[in-house]
Amino acid sequence: MDVRDAAGRWDALSSRDASSRNAAMELIQQEVIKKIESIGPMPDPQCSSPPPTMDDSLSSDLNALLAHVLMLSKRCPYEDVREKCICLLQRVQDVGVRIPRPVGNGPSRFIPEKEVHRVSTPLLSQILQVSKLDERTQSIFEDAFAVLGRLDNISLVMGFHPQYLESFLRTQHYLLQMDGPLSLHCRHYIGIMAAARHQCTYLVNLHVNDFLQVGGDPKWLNGLEEAPRKLQALGELNKILAHRPWLLTKEHIERLLKAEEHSWSLAELIHAVVLLTHYHSLASFTFGCGITPDIHTDGGHTFRPPSLSGYCVCDIANGNGAQEDMFGNQQVSESSGEVEVLMERMKQLQECRDEEEASQEEMATRFEREKTECMLVVTSEDEECVPSRDVSRHFEDPSYGYKDFSRRGEHVPTLRVQDYSWEDHGFSLVNRLYSDFGQLLDEKFQIAFNLTYNTMATHQGVDTSMLRRAIWNYIHCMFGIRYDDYDYGEINQLLDRSFKVYIKTMVCSPEKITKRMYESFWRQFRHSEKVHVNLLLMEARMQAELLYALRAITRYMT
Amino acid sequence: MEKMTRVSTINGRTMFCHLDAPANAISVCRDATQVVVAGRNIFKIYGLEEDGFVERLNLRVGRKPSLNFSCADVMWHQMEENLLATAATNGAVVTWNLSRPCRNKQEQLFTEHKRTVNKVCFHPTEVNMLLSGSQDGFMKCFDLRKKESVSTFSGQSESVRDVQFSMKDYFTFAASFENGNVQLWDIRRPDRYERMFTAHTGPVFCCDWHPEDRGWLATGGRDKMVKVWDMSTNRVKEIYCVQTFASVARVKWRPERRYHLATCSMMVDHNIYVWDVRRPFIPFATFEEHKDVTTGIVWRHQHDPYFLLSGSKDSTLYQHMFKDASRPVDRANPEGLCFGLFGDLAFAAKESLMSAPASAGDVGRKTYPGGDRRYPIFFFKKPDVTEQFAQVSSALSVFESEADSSAGMDWFINTAQSYLLSGKPFAELCEHNAHVAKSLNRPQESTTWTMLRIMFSEPANPSLSTNHNLNKSGNLPLVNSFSMKEMSGALNERNKENRQDNIHSLETNLNNNDENEETEGSEGQAEYLFVDDELDDDELYSMEHDNQPAEESEYLLPQEAFPLRHEIMDHPSAPEPLQEKQESPHVSGSEAESMCLTPMESFSLISVSQQLFSPHLPPKFFCPIVKEMLCYYAEQGDVQMAVSVLIVLGDRIRKEIDELMQEHWYMSYIDLLQRFELWNVSNEVIKLSTCGAIMCLNQASTTLHINCSNCKRPMSNKGWICDRCHQCASVCAVCHHVVKGLFVWCQGCSHGGHLEHVMEWLKQSKHCPAGCGHLCEYT
Repeated sequence: MDVRDAAGRWDALSSRDASSRNAAMELIQQEVIKKIESIGPMPDPQCSSPPPTMDDSLSSDLNALLAHVLMLSKRCPYEDVREKCICLLQRVQDVGVRIPRPVGNGPSRFIPEKEVHRVSTPLLSQILQVSKLDERTQSIFEDAFAVLGRLDNISLVMGFHPQYLESFLRTQHYLLQMDGPLSLHCRHYIGIMAAARHQCTYLVNLHVNDFLQVGGDPKWLNGLEEAPRKLQALGELNKILAHRPWLLTKEHIERLLKAEEHSWSLAELIHAVVLLTHYHSLASFTFGCGITPDIHTDGGHTFRPPSLSGYCVCDIANGNGAQEDMFGNQQVSESSGEVEVLMERMKQLQECRDEEEASQEEMATRFEREKTECMLVVTSEDEECVPSRDVSRHFEDPSYGYKDFSRRGEHVPTLRVQDYSWEDHGFSLVNRLYSDFGQLLDEKFQIAFNLTYNTMATHQGVDTSMLRRAIWNYIHCMFGIRYDDYDYGEINQLLDRSFKVYIKTMVCSPEKITKRMYESFWRQFRHSEKVHVNLLLMEARMQAELLYALRAITRYMT
Repeated sequence: MEKMTRVSTINGRTMFCHLDAPANAISVCRDATQVVVAGRNIFKIYGLEEDGFVERLNLRVGRKPSLNFSCADVMWHQMEENLLATAATNGAVVTWNLSRPCRNKQEQLFTEHKRTVNKVCFHPTEVNMLLSGSQDGFMKCFDLRKKESVSTFSGQSESVRDVQFSMKDYFTFAASFENGNVQLWDIRRPDRYERMFTAHTGPVFCCDWHPEDRGWLATGGRDKMVKVWDMSTNRVKEIYCVQTFASVARVKWRPERRYHLATCSMMVDHNIYVWDVRRPFIPFATFEEHKDVTTGIVWRHQHDPYFLLSGSKDSTLYQHMFKDASRPVDRANPEGLCFGLFGDLAFAAKESLMSAPASAGDVGRKTYPGGDRRYPIFFFKKPDVTEQFAQVSSALSVFESEADSSAGMDWFINTAQSYLLSGKPFAELCEHNAHVAKSLNRPQESTTWTMLRIMFSEPANPSLSTNHNLNKSGNLPLVNSFSMKEMSGALNERNKENRQDNIHSLETNLNNNDENEETEGSEGQAEYLFVDDELDDDELYSMEHDNQPAEESEYLLPQEAFPLRHEIMDHPSAPEPLQEKQESPHVSGSEAESMCLTPMESFSLISVSQQLFSPHLPPKFFCPIVKEMLCYYAEQGDVQMAVSVLIVLGDRIRKEIDELMQEHWYMSYIDLLQRFELWNVSNEVIKLSTCGAIMCLNQASTTLHINCSNCKRPMSNKGWICDRCHQCASVCAVCHHVVKGLFVWCQGCSHGGHLEHVMEWLKQSKHCPAGCGHLCEYT
């Protein structure tokens, strides 16, 4: 399939001008009709059998086209295009051609598309369907659509939090499309490498398409060994960053920067590091929210008629058993009052903070305890999950995984935030070598950290800052980053075990997330709040990785 | 108060000693004989001897390391020589008394802050008053005689990065914040700050009151700038701005030197710089000894400008002698570079560098040797003995673009055909047209389109694409600020501009200075020359439109024009201006300039920090300017531009402009278009116009008399069915299908058909395709 040609066709649809959208739609309609006609007048699938080879390529072309139309009919932020697409599909079906239908329901497997309708709070009236949006989200979606020609499921799920989404998209756009030291196809390739590290089929597929579209060499996709040496050298960094960033030293950096003709420049390296961390954490988010494949990509739609049996293709592709669904609802009943308990604890902590002053040693041991304890939080399925072949070719050493920060024997010194923080140090380094990007990242981190609606489940007017900070610091703690001024005892009070399991799985080995895990923490909370948690986890993880990478680079530079 | 313990007692040399651990902060005692170094793993007092540092005391005692010892900041009391205070990373504020008899000198421990304490500060004259600023957003004032804080000040915002008591005003202190604000507080009123202003984009890491000038406050931020503010007036005014090379971690005024201050950076750059704030482009002096970032700097004695102490992450403590500092000025070549409005380039450099005769390849280059007074604009500056800067005589070259030789009207036709006037959202139209103008080598028009987009795009919706283009626009000569890269003391520095437009703008500036062209150095500050080419001003000066754009690629500057040292490369107008301009992605174009302008008291633009042109200005604000611009274009004869802009802007501007004037423009443009046989474009313009008189041009003579192709008789009724022979008249003679769309027919025999079919046919035969034998003629 000629990807570039296809892309040109859809471009005009993303215009903000209704009439040019109309014209583009007209063209697409003609294209579809032409394709159908060229396949031949064979409404009856049983009897006709024209030359098979010819037909195959043609019909797969048509199918791709139809799949895209289907995607538009569901996901396009413009109402007129959606309607026209539905009409078109209907017409095509009337002619007797099989039309695709979306697999699964909605952009996320964990969050039912429909259920969200029923909830009537203002927050949740922004639903996971593009049809009823508030103005702000609508305009963000339109922007995203204009730039990418699609609205991916990640954006849709993030649409719960438009403020964040806006910043996220801006950052991602800058990272992938704007001026930067790396060439466009390299950026996508690095994205593929990073996502593949976590076996995130969704992101890999997304960027394989983009990679080809910007003129990347298809040979590279056969595996990392086919890519240039320079990119191969990045494999090591990718591996360490994804799983054990604290092991990163300035020697790693030096190896990349001083490799004769294959060496990286500092600016390129920063760009690559940001890309890697971005996609590692995005992979976490993708799994954490159970993002399903986009409708127009493989696995996002099917031409088979709906049947009752069978799991979604995507579930299998992502390595998550779909049978989880059935167990999901078992424990719901026992957990009422969970929210109230949590709120009570927060209040207590707030009040008694002044009275009970823990000694210095006590504070230090609390951090150590939390550190070792997070090691004991074992992710439920520990069996080796073998990455599917087609994804694993993008990286080397598939057995390398997250290893707990504080293992007996090897002692890695803790990183103190007061000595190397994002605000003071990381920002300046990034901004210096990759102009302006620090600003965007800084904004994104701040929005993620400060985002709150002062609600908790059904309760209004709650100050959640303490909870958010506990989550953020817990993740950093897992990466061995310590805040001198934080009492790690709070974490134990606020985060219960199932939540910790979820956090740890999502941050350290996101591919193992299951629907059950998603459902078993914070059962009374809303989906939007769980997405919020996911955003926090994702950003905290990204910052932690970045801190280690940037520290290594700083050390190399001094 | 300040006893003038004259400084003759201090001797020394540049020296250093190794510490056991990285330092976070240092402080000296009042008599300049001892220095305290504090860090995460170190807290020691060193004596300053003539030939080296001597360790006097280790305050880190006890077996178990406590976080209370992990210091973010330290301050030695300036009145009471036994008293010290530290800010701990865990949120504690600790005071230490050296006169305590036991080994543990810790006196008091305040654990009121919830987060890391970033800064502690003793009152300069009040013995028992201590102030702290913390990450949790609170500042607390302690009375050392009490166990608890006496008052708490809430910044209502993010973390406090620095607090400083004013040297002159007993009750005042300044606090700087992570969100870029600086607040002034009265120590007696903890409920509300007295003043607040935004000083930087991003965190303000440090601030320092001027030791002499009441109300002068220097602030340094992550945006790499040091700004000096004057608080003595009603409105806080930015009086100086220094662009440094990395985020500014500390700033300290130099004693006894009114305009000097020292800075060090938090990341990347390990040097300590001493700046003369009046000469913000090149540091006055540099200390390059440290191998890792410098974390603390302090002048050894408050009346001695020659000794600077510094601590660093590389675990060393240095005493720098001013006479040993390196002076970047000595190694630099003063140069200035500026783009003119039409893509011309002016370049001034030291005469000795310019001595090589202009080679034949330099097309359009004019040179003006230094000291030539024939030209209308030049500067002549009185030497200022107090400034220790070398004087330089420079020569100016102007690279002019050649007049567009292929004048003609090609550009008109091309432009008319490629402009998009409707069918897309406003921003995209502007963008497209800017591209068209640019590709046709008309930078002024191109820039105009870009400006229009910025002005009228909705600020509430900074879409991805808007952002994108704003960044891009940094490359256009959209906002040029021309500054002589000074460092010359410049007795002989003269700058001449020969371009008329530049003269205009210069004169404007000069008039601002209340001086005419014979400017004889106004208190030593006028050596910066600004040519403010911002587009808004374009229309104000009447310029000759014929000066067509330059091809910048033609000008290959001599290699040495760009000094390869990084000091100079970081200058805002140096080749990588993007970095600075993009600090705040949302600034509208007109703000970007305020960043690179440097202070000149009489030049009002400069005291403006970014807020003046906030992105929230209503589009209406720009209407007068745009109107003026349209008139300007029309007057220059470029009615095309005027009409195109008028159509694209539509309702945004229409009401502002006289109806008759609009009509006049439209008529002229349509007339021109028709002369060039651009019928389609002219029709489009007519269709898109909103003037009644223009639109009706399309309505005249719309009747078409036709004959039936079968019976050759005139068709009377409407539609394509002949009422006589009842045949469809619009059948293609070639393919015999009914023609929908473009129909062409011979006026002789009434036969015709699809345009492409007939064209195809006529290639082979001159006869009518219908077989009627007529020799068809098509016009």
